[in-house]
Amino acid sequence: MSRIKVELRKDQIDKIKEICRSFNNNEGELINVLHKVQGEFGYLPAEVQEVIAQELDISVAKVYGVVTFYSFFTMIPKGKHPISICTGTACYVRGAEKVLEEFKKELEIEVGETSANGKFSINCLRCVGACGLAPVVMVGDKTYGRVAPEMVKDILGEYESQ
Amino acid sequence: MSEYKLHLLVCGGTSCRNLQSDTLAENLKTEIDKQGLTDVAQVVKTGCFGLCDKGTVVKVIPENIFYAHVKPEDAKDIVEEHIIKGRKVERLLYTDPDKKQIRIALRNCGIIDPENINEYIERNGYEALGKVLSEMTPEEAIKLLIDSGLRGRGGGGFPAGIKWDLTRKVESSIKFVVCNADEGDPGAFMDRSILEGDPHSVLEAMAINGYCTGSNYGLIYIRAEYPLAIERLKTAIKQAREYGFLGNNILGTGFSFDIEMRYGAGAFVCGEETALIHSMEGLRGEPTMKPPFPSVEGYLKKPTNVNNVETYANIPVIFSKGVKWFAKIGTEKSKGTKVFALAGKVNNVGLIEVPLGITLREVIFEIGGGIKGGKKFKAVQTGGPSGGCLTEKDLDTPIDYDNLIAAGSMMGSGGMIIMDEDDCMVDVAKFFLDFTVEESCGKCVPCRVGNKRLHELLNKITSGNGAKEDIDRLINLSNVIKDTSLCGLGQSSPNPVLSTIKNFRNEYDAHIDDKKCPAGVCKALMTYFIVEENCVGCTACARACPVGAISGERKEIHYIDPALCIKCGACEERCKFNAVIVK
Amino acid sequence: METVKLTVDNKKIEVPKGTTIYKAARKLGIDIPVLCYMDLADLNIEHKPGGCRICSVEVEGRRNLAPSCSTEVFDGMVVKTHSMRVLNARKTVMELILSDHPKDCLICPKSGNCDLQNLAIKLGIRETPYQEFSEMSTYRKDFSPSIIRDMDKCIMCRRCETMCNEFQTVGALSAVNRGFNSVVAPAFEMDLEDSPCTYCGQCVAVCPTGALTEVDHTNQLIEDLSNPAKTVIVQTAPAVRAALGEEFGMEPGTLVTGKMVTALRRLGFNYIFDTDFAADLTIMEEGTELLDRLNRHLKGDKDVKLPILTSCCPGWVNFFEQQFTDLLDVPSTARSPQQMFGAIAKTFFADRIKVAREDLVVVSIMPCLAKKYECQRDEFKVNGNPDVDYSISTRELAHLIKRANMDLNNMPEEDFDQPLGESSGAGVIFGATGGVIEAAVRTAYEIYTKKKLDRVDFKQLRGMEGIRHANVDFNGLEVNIGIAHGLGNARKLLEDVRNGISQFHAIEIMACPGGCIGGGGQPLHHGNLSILQKRMEAIYREDAGKPIRKSHENPYIIKLYEEFLGKPMSEKAHHLLHTHYIDKSKKIIYMK
Repeated sequence: MSRIKVELRKDQIDKIKEICRSFNNNEGELINVLHKVQGEFGYLPAEVQEVIAQELDISVAKVYGVVTFYSFFTMIPKGKHPISICTGTACYVRGAEKVLEEFKKELEIEVGETSANGKFSINCLRCVGACGLAPVVMVGDKTYGRVAPEMVKDILGEYESQ
Repeated sequence: MSEYKLHLLVCGGTSCRNLQSDTLAENLKTEIDKQGLTDVAQVVKTGCFGLCDKGTVVKVIPENIFYAHVKPEDAKDIVEEHIIKGRKVERLLYTDPDKKQIRIALRNCGIIDPENINEYIERNGYEALGKVLSEMTPEEAIKLLIDSGLRGRGGGGFPAGIKWDLTRKVESSIKFVVCNADEGDPGAFMDRSILEGDPHSVLEAMAINGYCTGSNYGLIYIRAEYPLAIERLKTAIKQAREYGFLGNNILGTGFSFDIEMRYGAGAFVCGEETALIHSMEGLRGEPTMKPPFPSVEGYLKKPTNVNNVETYANIPVIFSKGVKWFAKIGTEKSKGTKVFALAGKVNNVGLIEVPLGITLREVIFEIGGGIKGGKKFKAVQTGGPSGGCLTEKDLDTPIDYDNLIAAGSMMGSGGMIIMDEDDCMVDVAKFFLDFTVEESCGKCVPCRVGNKRLHELLNKITSGNGAKEDIDRLINLSNVIKDTSLCGLGQSSPNPVLSTIKNFRNEYDAHIDDKKCPAGVCKALMTYFIVEENCVGCTACARACPVGAISGERKEIHYIDPALCIKCGACEERCKFNAVIVK
Repeated sequence: METVKLTVDNKKIEVPKGTTIYKAARKLGIDIPVLCYMDLADLNIEHKPGGCRICSVEVEGRRNLAPSCSTEVFDGMVVKTHSMRVLNARKTVMELILSDHPKDCLICPKSGNCDLQNLAIKLGIRETPYQEFSEMSTYRKDFSPSIIRDMDKCIMCRRCETMCNEFQTVGALSAVNRGFNSVVAPAFEMDLEDSPCTYCGQCVAVCPTGALTEVDHTNQLIEDLSNPAKTVIVQTAPAVRAALGEEFGMEPGTLVTGKMVTALRRLGFNYIFDTDFAADLTIMEEGTELLDRLNRHLKGDKDVKLPILTSCCPGWVNFFEQQFTDLLDVPSTARSPQQMFGAIAKTFFADRIKVAREDLVVVSIMPCLAKKYECQRDEFKVNGNPDVDYSISTRELAHLIKRANMDLNNMPEEDFDQPLGESSGAGVIFGATGGVIEAAVRTAYEIYTKKKLDRVDFKQLRGMEGIRHANVDFNGLEVNIGIAHGLGNARKLLEDVRNGISQFHAIEIMACPGGCIGGGGQPLHHGNLSILQKRMEAIYREDAGKPIRKSHENPYIIKLYEEFLGKPMSEKAHHLLHTHYIDKSKKIIYMK
């Protein structure tokens, strides 16, 4: 995972500490803590993991080991409009791969990356359970069903001015 | 819900919500208010109906009329036509082909409001819990469950009652009951539907489990990707506590039981019970050797009983309707029903619940409505990414745990992906391997490295570099991975490879010997041609070609140089005369 | 005890319930190959993740193969350990491991001493069938002052992770990433140097491949020895002589002091000295400091820090500088013997032989990898010139002796040079857990009570137990002593100190199991701790055979104080033989 250096403000550190405390600083709650903290910051930079490690009294290496194990956790900030492409089986057999390629081509980024202007990021997820609408793409909270490669430009266009 | 004459059940499952079912429900309410029908008809937002590609689905009871593809703006018509004039809205009408379906696990899904505990109670909810707590000893209850023949619906098919009994027999002051809601099979979403549509059935079953095994603590491990299910569970837990079905001294029996939630974070392997337990402990979700089984040493090293959502959803009914009723459904060794998620190239995509023993043919061609676009059926993948691909010859095999394994696949959690003549089976195997490679936890060698090598071998074949001996290598490697992997993920991950080699050997041979992909999927094996009769020499294709592989004078027939062509498909896209074809 | 009967390869055996197939087979003399498995029974660590699957065996009635290291036997079990199905699986799994492992055995530092290489030979691997099309997992090489991580060679046995976390509780390493990309690494895959690593080297000691190796200074040494302009002197740590022979096929526990000295002389060192001399010096300083603190304590001084903690182990020093920064004023300020030696060598001795500091190369032979880092610390340099130029491990020395075409087996025995080669038995026992504190007691007792000890052996301080404690009667004054080896054990004693509930006056801590004899630079014991036991016995044998057993009776030490240092804790001694500690916690948590 690439490394982005972040200076945490005191109120941010306090927020992390508060979250840890709400789980009684119990190391068994590490994953719950990470969920909450990622919900707060959008991602989990190294500095944030260090605070968590200190609060839960576990090694930073262990926290990092957990963060890198679960695909839900990320150390890279997502774009303003995160694009999630379902590559579950139903979507795959209905052409999700081509849709993904089109997004990659349009934004000139790879899966897991964020566009230079910070606007979009692409990631793949496994089955959002909307198989009836396959292939499915989500931009932020909005879901697009039965997406064809030709629709990609229009979808991105909706967010251009935002 | 009985005081109203009519109930409009609006599907509030994830798929339908994405199609604005919330707005539709609002509009229906507004229309009903406007027409002064507030006392006559009630709008209920339910869980998933299982008719996901028909969304938004609205069901009117007691008439049992289904409306499909309902949009928010259709609210007016439904209220004016159906409620006031008593006429069906023909253009939205849908006939549910669920004649062969029996709903046990999904009995309440799409019928009750999952956010209202009273509706669950009205449909005999928490009756089983009361009965078990007041009339049965844990031993009697477990015996009943064993007699019912219910097997774990999460994939393994281990008899649920026997599992409970194992945990019960271990001496410990602290034990745990866990619900595995880390549904990870791509394409399978029955657990999500149950949790969204009928959360109380799971809570009730967990409490029964707690009583039987001697546990006071329940944990639900659920995917963080299921926000709606999480919300509904939270609401349900809160309501159940308020009504005294959870918490201290349940129903005055002295038995106490409460449930907490734990969240997954995107790791398929956490569906494996030891990995799930480690994940709940805040660790990397890596499986560990069994024994010790979780029933002896599980969460926090205490005896832990893990069952999945669908298994739990079956349990209250078994207690309230009795063993005899349940055991009549299904086959000799596989009792009851199974929920499947039909997906892929089939007309009716969605969730179905069928009695075990039904044939694949009935599922695909009757319930599923056959293959999309009238294409030819080729294969069905059951058991999720590590299941196997079954073919035409297996269509009349009754579906149960043992038959599927005998046929080289498995039940898994119930994903069922239908493939047609346009699907390349080598590519399909590669797709599933891609999934297992990505989801392997990395702990043991055969799964970590072996699946990667399998994937690379398949890639070698689909890119036209396959050699004859690669098939034997695939087979030997697959067998060793199955034979030596630590957990169920690795032990089953080569199934797609083995079953496609077994059933579609000719496709592998075509890729290797003729360097052709019969289904026309594998890009590297395709060749772009210009059909001379159709080419008008407009030069559009030549101008579109990014590598200058197309030559030809204006108004003359063009030619694609296969040595230069990178198979990007730009020419085919550009040609207005269908002169570029790919073979 | 409940027992279970089973059949392994047609042989019947009865074993206690809970035994694994692997151990049951061993009892029958059946050798099942293992790779990730590691049994450190004496440390209460049995590492059996069941990850490599090399030890898989066939169990009748079971659908798939069972890993013998982690599968418990059951009554009536029938096991086949070497059936053709098993051999095929082992071969295939091994090919998979090798398909993600570099094939540069020729230049690998682990070559010849590599579990993976040995296994490949044993399993008859003759080809690498995936090579032409398969991707390998590759990582940046990480060079620290002591340890090199070359994770391309990692096979994910995760022994290092167990040592670093469970045994040492250092927490520098963890498994990271998932699937094919998983590897053991520090947080954020940062350099070991920026991690909380203490360089104890226990990860290196258990690594089955060349993934974790020591920084090798042998070639630098050869260069210096071949340079006539340099005067090269060497000091050898006590634990080296008790283990070096193993590299030449000798029985563990064979003492090779004299042979080692001859070999070093033949290699061309100008002077062969003994770290044991400096250990005696350490006792003079540390013992005096202990008595000073005790006396002040007895006089009611509330500021005095007790217990005093020993400070000769650099891994341990790194550990508290990272993780117990609130206790930096508790350990003794005495430098380690290696550094005391260097300081004396580059001042007192350099003057005496009239060699400029820059032309004098001080080399140490150490059982330790943290020593490589220690001698590079800025506190131990004068104008950038280190007191000890570099440290080479016992293993490196063995390789060098072999490279020079010498065999320790038929080497005559010679003596160390003087004046820095003379030592007491007290200096020798520094090599084993409990030894430093026993040496200190021998001297402190006599100075405190002004009486001669009848018996210098304090057997209550010896042993392999991870945490030990004993009381020594200083003529009416009961001195409570704690001993820990292994940083996980140290942590327990330290938590008590931190919480103000420690009952001890003095605590000896060594980072490695058994003390220096089990150091990260010693010949690999491959988890067989009976080897450590034998090395320990050798150390005490050497002590018992010495005419002088107490540091303060070492005539060269007495002379050094007379001629150069004055007395213990003098200003000069303070300047040359003591140090201060640095708060390194910021290195880990760089926000506050």
